Amino acid sequence: MSKENNFSAFWIGVAEGLSMPFWMVLGSMIGFGSMARDAGLSIEIAIGSSLGIWGLPGQVAMVELMAVGLPVLSIVIASSLANMRFMPMTVVVMPLFKGNWSAYKYRYLLAQMLSINIWSVFTRCGPQLAIEDRLPFYFGVSIICLTGGCIGTIIGFTAADLLPFYLTVSLIFLNPAYFVFVFSSAQTQNCLIAAGLGACLGPLLYQVVPEWTVPVTGMLAGTVAFYFTKWVGKQS
Amino acid sequence: MGGKAILTNVEPSIVLTLCIAGTFMWRALGVAVANHIDISSDLFEWFNCVAYAMLAGLISRIILIPSGTLETTLLFDRVVAMAIGLVVFVIFKRNIFWGTFTAFLIFLSLTALR
Repeated sequence: MSKENNFSAFWIGVAEGLSMPFWMVLGSMIGFGSMARDAGLSIEIAIGSSLGIWGLPGQVAMVELMAVGLPVLSIVIASSLANMRFMPMTVVVMPLFKGNWSAYKYRYLLAQMLSINIWSVFTRCGPQLAIEDRLPFYFGVSIICLTGGCIGTIIGFTAADLLPFYLTVSLIFLNPAYFVFVFSSAQTQNCLIAAGLGACLGPLLYQVVPEWTVPVTGMLAGTVAFYFTKWVGKQS
Repeated sequence: MGGKAILTNVEPSIVLTLCIAGTFMWRALGVAVANHIDISSDLFEWFNCVAYAMLAGLISRIILIPSGTLETTLLFDRVVAMAIGLVVFVIFKRNIFWGTFTAFLIFLSLTALR
């Protein structure tokens, strides 16, 4: 593949990232930056958390639990469990790079860059791209989202008090709202059913097993949706 | 919003490093499993369903039972904004931008009016 094609796929990824995901990440991380400052953390730790953990529920768990003084092991376990979703998300993304040696070489870096925004863009656009265009496209989307995360954290940490509260809180609301519509646009029946069941089950399970909500919801709702779709397929 | 001191007596950079490792563990496990999965297999389809269900469960929990700053807003405002956004989303032939933009605007207006 020529360098020109690589370059072009990279910039298509950047443009796709700028269309919506960049702004979603920016809004969410403004909220996180403000929260990290209120918890007494330094800006370096806040940025390091956004770029290193790179998964908001895990970041929020870390900051909240550090602020109440829980033992380190409890903080790490809670933060890790809140981000357990990266396991199935990575499983779904990685096979899309099959046949590309460079992607295989960078597989752990690609997994580290993955976020919910990047996942939703790449699972939608990736299959429509030629195998060799997928890696530069992925880098384009990821780099723009990581930049948004970094800028958002800095704005939230340094300037959240300068913004009116209703704007800050609405920016935080933007990302979950966006994903409701992303999931409502799922193309396949099993994904739509899984998303619908997961959306109903998540808040219910949170009342019973708050720390295990994400994995238990995924396993239960995902498995039911998978077998239900198979069963419907056999009936018709 | 006044600043409160962190109570954990361990160096924050150490906690952060451990939390990064704790999340990376799931990513690395995903890479390891993905190496043995065929994209057209039932197992891949199952993982896709689990990923969708996990993310949808997490997002609906954040909207209905949020923590942090969003917790200070009214459930009514969040639900009304999402409901109107969904109507616009359907009217505009499942357009993600218009659905999200409407929900954002409604939520912004409702919280600004409080």
